[in-house]
Amino acid sequence: MLLAFLINGISLGSVYAIIALGYTMVYGIAKMLNFAHGDVIMIGGYIAFCSTSYLGLNPILSILCAIAVCTALGITIEKLAYKPLRNATSLAVLITAIGVSYFLQNIALLIWTSNPKSFPNMVSFVPSLKLGTFAISGTAMVTIAACVIIMLVLTFFTERTKMGKAMRAVSEDKGAAELMGINVNRTISLTFAIGSGLAAIAGVLLCSAYPTLMPTTGAMPGIKAFTAAVFGGIGSIPGAMLGGILLGIIEIFAKAYISTQLSDAIVFAVLIIVLIVKPSGLLGKYVQEKV
Amino acid sequence: MKRRVLATVLAMAMAFSFTACGSSSDSAAKSESKAEATEETAEVEGETVAYNEAVTISENLTGTLKLGCIGPLTGGAALYGTAVANAGKIAVEEINAAAEGFDIEFNAQDDEHDAEKSVNAYNNLKDWDVQAIVGTVTTTPCVAVSAEANADRVFMLTPSASATSVTADKDQTYQLCFSDPNQGLASAQYIKDNNLAEKVAIIYNNSDAYSTGIYQTFVEKAKEIDLEVVSTTTFTDDTANDFSVQLADAQKNGADLVFLPIYYTPASLILQQASTSGYAPTFFGVDGMDGILSLEGFDTSLAEGVLLLTPFSADAEDALTKSFVAKYQAANKDVPNQFAADSYDSVYAIYAALGYYADNNGGLDVTGMGYDEICEILISVFSDSNFNVDGLTGEGMTWTAAGEVNKAPKAVVIKDGVYVGM
Repeated sequence: MLLAFLINGISLGSVYAIIALGYTMVYGIAKMLNFAHGDVIMIGGYIAFCSTSYLGLNPILSILCAIAVCTALGITIEKLAYKPLRNATSLAVLITAIGVSYFLQNIALLIWTSNPKSFPNMVSFVPSLKLGTFAISGTAMVTIAACVIIMLVLTFFTERTKMGKAMRAVSEDKGAAELMGINVNRTISLTFAIGSGLAAIAGVLLCSAYPTLMPTTGAMPGIKAFTAAVFGGIGSIPGAMLGGILLGIIEIFAKAYISTQLSDAIVFAVLIIVLIVKPSGLLGKYVQEKV
Repeated sequence: MKRRVLATVLAMAMAFSFTACGSSSDSAAKSESKAEATEETAEVEGETVAYNEAVTISENLTGTLKLGCIGPLTGGAALYGTAVANAGKIAVEEINAAAEGFDIEFNAQDDEHDAEKSVNAYNNLKDWDVQAIVGTVTTTPCVAVSAEANADRVFMLTPSASATSVTADKDQTYQLCFSDPNQGLASAQYIKDNNLAEKVAIIYNNSDAYSTGIYQTFVEKAKEIDLEVVSTTTFTDDTANDFSVQLADAQKNGADLVFLPIYYTPASLILQQASTSGYAPTFFGVDGMDGILSLEGFDTSLAEGVLLLTPFSADAEDALTKSFVAKYQAANKDVPNQFAADSYDSVYAIYAALGYYADNNGGLDVTGMGYDEICEILISVFSDSNFNVDGLTGEGMTWTAAGEVNKAPKAVVIKDGVYVGM
């Protein structure tokens, strides 16, 4: 039983983790909480759904299609909603992000209506793995694998490439980076493009694992993934993954061994305790503010 | 019934609505002439009946009744309100064609599933000299309107507002649908009577009053009739993704039936996850499960063998249902749902009640009667235990003085992707 719950926890956690990667990426570089991330995921899910169900594309093409649309959407949102607020207070940007989130949900409501749609499993070509009496679903394995690959690629990208270095420079000090000849606006746009592309992948995997697609589908996983990102240390890419998987395991264990009614309360209580003991999250770096 | 599932979506739709808020008060014109009505019926494909023949056409009842209807005709819950208005019109046309010397004028007002707009719609109807109301369709507006109507003495028969707060302390508000708690009672009784299970597991949404209400009465009734509940687990709107733990608990405790007093969206996930983990009990749902087959993209084979307690199934084979479905489809290009059926029965119930009074009191001419007079007449008839109505959603429907309906629960089973009556 324990092993089965652990596997379920990891499957759920890997979905949180892949969403959390997008959150942490944007936060780490642009220093803003993109609350619309969950809704970009939802749009990604709908695009993939429409490509397969209405246009009859194969899953891989649908996923690429979703990535393309979400990337374009991410860049557009950044240009229209966030760029004009580059020098505004972080609170103003936060409220704008919430506004964008509602905007996307309502656009989806108009286009796709509130009737839920059942999402076809896009990764069903991977068979589930049987370990004696336990089974790990193919979707869970793909999600975990995708999560690890994305984490490694992102870490490599930010640590080793020129664009990645530019991103880290922008995150440390925008003004200084600009003086060094880095195009800050382009760097931030690129961050959003990557974050939104990841959202499309997360959307497909989220909906493949839990196949109900509604305009609010992205909202709650978005919040949970945000929690996971904070739990693991926001801004830290491996932290997002660790946080997501731990959150999933804690949630399932709390449900299984304590109470199904209290599972969320327990998850968030653990978050509070972690933040009291280690305010920057599990893998977060504590940065001293220079005055 | 299914209004809460939309609550979040609706709240956003309102906050950000692009749609114009014009109330489409579609005051259905005075019924067409009888000849026209018959002609329309003739165009409908398939066999139809002229009217619900279980209701006696009373020759003693004459005049013109102004019947109002309130429901969400626009907005996120429009699906429910338009079904009620459309089906109400069908019933009105049938009655007008069948009853000599008696007519119903039908006026459906939009409330956008909003309590305040619903009270405005109610006031519009009063200005129109309404004599009785079918409505309101959704619970929250219904609670607000029934309080006003109770003070004014306007009779209301709601087709679909199922919460107990709708009828509580209001002697002039009656329900045509089962109240939420009664669905729990009826489900437990149905499972016991038909020997569907030895051990029952329940998975319910404890962040939803509809689900919790049904769960509580189900458990009470189960205890009373010795139906063993071996596993009770919950989820909330926020944790409605992963049901592996709940299903594992049910399986571990040997439940052979899982009772799901929840809406069809989470239920579809439960069915899918149960199938993945190889657990195959009987699943038993309530009216919130209705709609699972029209969930776009849903693999209906997962729902094979699911039982649900629902008042109406459009696939039923009886003449009245077939006729109603054919007429509704011809007029609206859509298969009627349970809201439509509830509305059809509501109009007939009011007609039957007036006819019953007319027959027992040597005739009744309703033209120009005040709503308070009609209200007292209807209350006296609806609370009379000898008065009963047969309709699409049940046979021998009677009402308690508190306003709740008594009717035999109907269950349907999903076979080969369609609902089949049991």
